[in-house]
Order: sequence, then structure tokens, then C-alpha cells
Amino acid sequence: MIAAHPGSTRHRERSQACGRCQSAVALRLQICSFTARGDLRRHPQVVIPRRPHLSEFSTPDLQPNACRDKFAGNFNSDLLPKANGIPMELADLAAIGPWGHQHLLDLEKLTAAQLTTVLDLADQLSDATAGGRGRLDLLKGIVVANLFFENSTRTRTSFSLAARRLGADTVDFSPGSSSLSKGETFIDTAMTIEAMGIDLVVCRHRTPGAPHLLARQLRAGVLNAGDGTHEHPTQGLLDIYTIRRHRGRIAGLTVALVGDIRHSRVARSNIHGLVKLGARVIVCGPSTLVPQEIRQLGVEVAWNLDEILPEVDCVNLLRVQFERQRGAFFPSIAEYATLFGMNAERIRRARPELLVLAPGPINRGVELTPDVADGPHSVILDQVSNGLLIRMACLSLLVRERQLQGASR
Amino acid sequence: MNSLHICGGRVIDPASGRNELADLLVLDGVIASIVPTGSAAPALPQGIRHIDASGLIVSPGFIDLHVSLREPGHEEDECTATGTAAALAGGFTTIAAQSDTSPVVDSRSAAEFIRLQADRARHCRVVPLGAVTKGHRGEELAEIGQLVLGGAVGFSDAGHPVANAEVMRRALEYTRMFDRPILHLAIVPELAEGGVMHEGVQSTRLGLRGIPAAAQDIMTGRDLALAELTGGRIHLMCVSTRDSVNRIRLARLQGLPVTADVTPHHLLLTDDVMQSFDPMFKCTPPLRSRDHIDSLISGLRDGTITAISSDHQPRALEKKQVELDAAPSGICGLETALSVCTKALIHPGHLSWTQLLYLLTAGPAEILGLDAGTLQIGRPADITLFDPNATWIVDSTHFLSRSRNTPFHGMSLPAKVRAAIIGGEIRYQYPQTPLAIT
Repeated sequence: MIAAHPGSTRHRERSQACGRCQSAVALRLQICSFTARGDLRRHPQVVIPRRPHLSEFSTPDLQPNACRDKFAGNFNSDLLPKANGIPMELADLAAIGPWGHQHLLDLEKLTAAQLTTVLDLADQLSDATAGGRGRLDLLKGIVVANLFFENSTRTRTSFSLAARRLGADTVDFSPGSSSLSKGETFIDTAMTIEAMGIDLVVCRHRTPGAPHLLARQLRAGVLNAGDGTHEHPTQGLLDIYTIRRHRGRIAGLTVALVGDIRHSRVARSNIHGLVKLGARVIVCGPSTLVPQEIRQLGVEVAWNLDEILPEVDCVNLLRVQFERQRGAFFPSIAEYATLFGMNAERIRRARPELLVLAPGPINRGVELTPDVADGPHSVILDQVSNGLLIRMACLSLLVRERQLQGASR
Repeated sequence: MNSLHICGGRVIDPASGRNELADLLVLDGVIASIVPTGSAAPALPQGIRHIDASGLIVSPGFIDLHVSLREPGHEEDECTATGTAAALAGGFTTIAAQSDTSPVVDSRSAAEFIRLQADRARHCRVVPLGAVTKGHRGEELAEIGQLVLGGAVGFSDAGHPVANAEVMRRALEYTRMFDRPILHLAIVPELAEGGVMHEGVQSTRLGLRGIPAAAQDIMTGRDLALAELTGGRIHLMCVSTRDSVNRIRLARLQGLPVTADVTPHHLLLTDDVMQSFDPMFKCTPPLRSRDHIDSLISGLRDGTITAISSDHQPRALEKKQVELDAAPSGICGLETALSVCTKALIHPGHLSWTQLLYLLTAGPAEILGLDAGTLQIGRPADITLFDPNATWIVDSTHFLSRSRNTPFHGMSLPAKVRAAIIGGEIRYQYPQTPLAIT
């Protein structure tokens, strides 16, 4: 077991292949706060609280030397890392918190405890896979279909990688090359693909509720990878996870979601998750893009970014969804950038430890200026790496749930 | 022939104020006498059939102001034979056929085809509605005079609001000549474009594009102003918002020639149901929130709204089993209308049976100027018998309509139509519990 480095201010995790068994093994390196690129930050890094590793439930030690020792000594196949992954059983996940969902369609239906289950599991997977770089065999034999009826690069790549890192097979589906262009309904397309023996369907669609319709039609578990302007649960989870990794908590923090709230699925998922976990959430944007009724979801509404900025711990800069808007919601991009864009001047007036998140893809010069995007407050790239862990966690939870339900049937 | 003795039922005739246990005698398709049950029976012809209607309500046949029969052009959804059979199963003995066929009913021959098909089907009575504008395009007036000659009893562009105020003004002026109403779906198209549900908390939560109540309020206000300007008769279909009800109430108090109807589903379902993202709930105007429903009910209670229409809009299953924004609006409403009204209005105590049946019979008859909707001596015996105490589970696979797009599938609903009689002929009986006929 790797001991946490006492006194270290920051962990960096790296993977390295074991010379004998080819398994990815984690090395947790201590990196001096002032040498790592990301640590040229003004604010002090908080040490991530250590949680039980998944590896504590299974036998192999992650240290390369220990692995080698096993090969050298008594040969015990149970201890042998299988294939090139780590022999971890889904049953091991029983040790983690409550879940109980066959599908992951939105965060609105998750409880605080269930949200925490995902975040905690992501932490464990991070430890077990060296921050998502190593491989596990958690989902061996599972087939995950990526049904992206709407274009996406980052989310699809992230889901594919997450599935493969857990040993699952993936099939990708893109609407351009499919029967959809021949007039088949998306439900028929999904049922056809399911009939090929799919366990999980990751669905992105431009219409709110499309994954919900699939969930009613399919036996496979459905994971919503963004349904129009409704929700994007894994994005919400990874945003929240990124905040928790940097701050160690969610409760009591003030998070501002800035931009096109009306058309943002990311905003809705963030709102439901953050509010349940005890954060104060302020939504801020042009009054045409911030519906008044959103207050009833438990958030505050602001139209003036500069007024709220001093109170804010984290700001999540949502992309202006030009493609989803009907008509003009604000007069010009320049005016939007002036009123709501995050720039160096605003950063100066913000709290020194402000976290800047952006779900991406970012429009540089619109939601934020390049110096902010690449600056010390930005955790945008952390979000991307954390997305992998969150998606691994979600896939694992859904597969485990299927197995539990299958067992009880 | 076509003589019946309907005994022991509660005869409710809102037009004449009758509400008593009575025996109703039909001779040669015409209502011959109604006498209180137990009093001396009039002379009965030999061999007449007696229907035991005890426990049932005997009502004038229901009248629906706008029903889409979809023939010609959309036979995958419905045709005249299936639509009129569904009407009977819902207790409707007269329906006005909406003009949203393909091509639309904007010519005399198209109107006469509707009547011809209805005669061939021999189910319920059908009166056609003609288009207000050619092709429902909202640009030029349809041949309204020719349509009247073809039997049109009113004019409507169905789901296409007449957006151009000048066109609507001329239409209202022109139809004055024929004393026929224009049935209008008052919605501002620009505010409703792309919307799939009521704009409010739920649409915000679900990320679904909303249609604000103002979309209906604004157009209702315009129509009322044009009715005042022209003196033409405007009938507002599917009123769904609080402010529309208030505006119509005021206009009627001022004596303007304006009437309105509401649908059963807008009275029972709120926008909360959209949480299921089920396209079966998608309709135009959208299902609103509870405060709007309360206003609709107050409008029914005080006589602002004088008719309930099923707004039957059959849609083939393959059209509805798609994404919410791609799915067409519309609910297949004929066969559940009475039951949904009972659940929404009678059970909570908002309306009496007499009040509800007025909205289904004499109210709509008056709007279209039909000689129907009442049980008076000498009138054609169009009668609906229903069991107010029955409970049934809606199974859309048993619908007589060709379509199954109902949000009530699987729901347990009160009140069941047991028989529909046209001109003394029993054209429909609920097959699971046939009438006791001797």
C-alpha cells in the first residue's frame, strides 16, 4: 500500500507498466508544490483527504516491487493480475455507498447520499488507476454502446476511454452513417443495437427526455450523456467532483453558474447536484437567458456578475449555446463578453482562491479570456481528467446495479 | 322501426332543465314522450323494445365542436369510419369534422366528401367545418360561401392560427353574411414556435422549450377586439389560460358574439406530467399549471365557457413514438372525454351532472346552431346512455379510433358510455356490459 507522503502539499499520480505482468500500476509521486506546472498558483493547494482505496478490498498490491515479488515467490493465481488489468470484482463495490439506479438519466432524481457515492467511487478509482491512467478489469465482458445522436468529441471520447479503462468493450454509433438517415426512428436504432448484446447505452441527443424514452424501451442501462437543454449528469458530477477535489467539500461553498442558463443542460445538472450537497448556488447571466422560475430549484438569480463576484468561491462559465437559441437573446457577443466574460480584471476583484471552471468547449474571448483560461485559477483541464473518473464510476455503478438486480430476479 | 322504450334511467336534459327518473319513449326515431318512472305509461306499440336503464343517466347525445377525422390525406391516423365509431363509443352523436384533411376542406366538394363518407360509415352524425383561409395558409379567404352550400356549419383553420389580423378581420366580416362562427385556435405563432409544453417552473426544470400563457392571452385579446370591430362570431377553441378566461368573461358581459370551449385533458392534467417526457402528453395549447386549470373551471361554472370539446386529434403511433420535439401535438380524445370530465369536474364537486351535460350537449349545439343536443318531444332521438358509477381501465388497444395516442392509457377512470342512439337506432353498445333489452 502506498503511504501518503507525510507533509506533502500535493500529490501527483502517474502510471507505470509493471515489467513482468504489463499491469498498469500506480505510483504516487510527491511533487514539490512549486515545480509542477499546475502549482504555480497563488492559492494554497489543499491536500486531498485520503479515502479507502478500492485496492484495499482486493489483494494485489499496487507497488511494482510487490508485484514482482509475487512472481518470484509462491505462485498464487488468485493474486495474479489478470490480463493487463487488476483483478477487481464489481462485488467489491458493495463496500461503497447507496446507489439503486438502473439508469443515470438526471441528477434531479439522485439523493445527496447517491451523489456522494459517485464522488467517493471516483476517488477510489482514481487511486486504483493512478488518476485514470491505469486499467482495471471491473467491467470485463460488458459492452457499452455510445449512441451519440448529437455531435460530441470530448464526451464521447471520455466515455469510450472510461469504458475501456475498466475493461469493457465499446461500440460507437454516429448518426451520419446510420439508418437514421434512412428514416429509422432513434428508438428503433437503439433497439437494434441493443439486440446485438449491449449492456449499457450511453446516449446523447438534442431532445430533452430522449434518454428517458430509451430507458423505457430498452432492457439495457441508459446513461444520459446530455439530452438537449435538460441535463448532463456526468458533466454536473465532474464539475462538482473537481470542486470537491480542490476544496475538499461542497457544503457551504458559493458557486456561480454564469451564462446561458436557459439552454444549459450543464447548469441544470450542476444546480441539482450542488444544491443537494449544500452549496449556495447563484445563476448569473443576461435576463433573457436566466428564466425567473429557476429560483424554485433553490438557486439565487443575479444579472450583475460584478456584484456577486466577491462572494463567490467557484465560477462555472457556461458556453453560450448559439445553436440552441431561437432568435436573439442578447444584442452582440461583444456586449455579452463585456457584461459576463471572465477576464483578468474581474479575476483581480474576485477572491484569491477562486476556482474557474468551464464545461467546454470554451469560446475564448466570449465566456473567458485566454489568460483566465490558462491562468492559475483555471481548473478546466482538471475537469477533463476528472470526467474520466466520474464516467468510470457511473459505468461501474450501473453495471453493478444490473448485476444486483439480475441476481435478485 | 326505430322505436324504443328507455325505462328507469335518470333523464337529464340540460336544455329543458329536466332531471328526474323517467321513461323515455322513442317512436319512429323521434322522442314521443317522457314520463316520470312509475307513472302511467303511454300506449306502447306492439313489439317495442324496452331498455332497462336503471342506474344509468339518459342524456341527449353529446356534440363535439371539433374532431379531426383525417380523411382524406392522413388515413394512417384516422378515417371517417373509425373516427365516427370512436365518437359513438364516447357518447357523441354529432361531431363537427375539423378541416385539417389533406387537401384541407376549403372547397365545396371537400365539404361534401366529408358528409358522403359519414353517410357511408353510418355511425354518428357529422357536420363539416370549412377552412377560413385557402390551404390553412392564412393568406386568402377560402370559398366560404361555397363551403356553406356544401354544408359547413362553421369555419376553422384547425391547428393553424390566423396570424394576420387583417385576414381575420375580413373573415369575421365575411362570415357575418352566413351567421356561422369562426372557430379559432388563438395562439401567437411566434411565441409558440418550437415549444413543446407550458412555460413555467416545469419547463425550466426539464429544459423543454415552453409556450407562455401569453401566447394565448394576446391572440385571444386580438380576436375579441376584432369581434367587437366586425360583429362577426368568434369561437375560441381549447382555452387554456387564466387571462384568456378573464378576457372572454369580460367580453361576454359586454355582449360580444364570442364563445369558447375547453378540452377534458386541459381540465385534468397539469404540466407536471411532462416530467415523463412522454410525447403522448404533447398537445396544443400545452397542458398548463394548476392555477390556470382553476380559472378554466371557474369559467365553466359561471358560463364564460359553454362547451367542452374532446379536440380529438388522432396520431398514428409511429408519429408519437419519437423524440418530444419531433412528435406531433394532439390527443385522441373522443373515447375518454366523458370519463375525464367526470374525474375532473364531477368528482371534485365543481359541476353538477346537469351543468356538465350542458357543456357536452346544448352548449355546443347552440354555438354551431344545430338542431340537436336536447331531449324534447318531437326532436330526433339522439341519446347517450352512460353509467355514472362505473369504473374502467383505459386500454387504448381497444379504442375504436385508428389511433392510440392517449395519455390516459392504463388509468382508471369513472363513468362509462353504455350506448349511443341515433334517430332511435342503437348504433353503439359497450360490448363488455351490453344493455338489458327485452
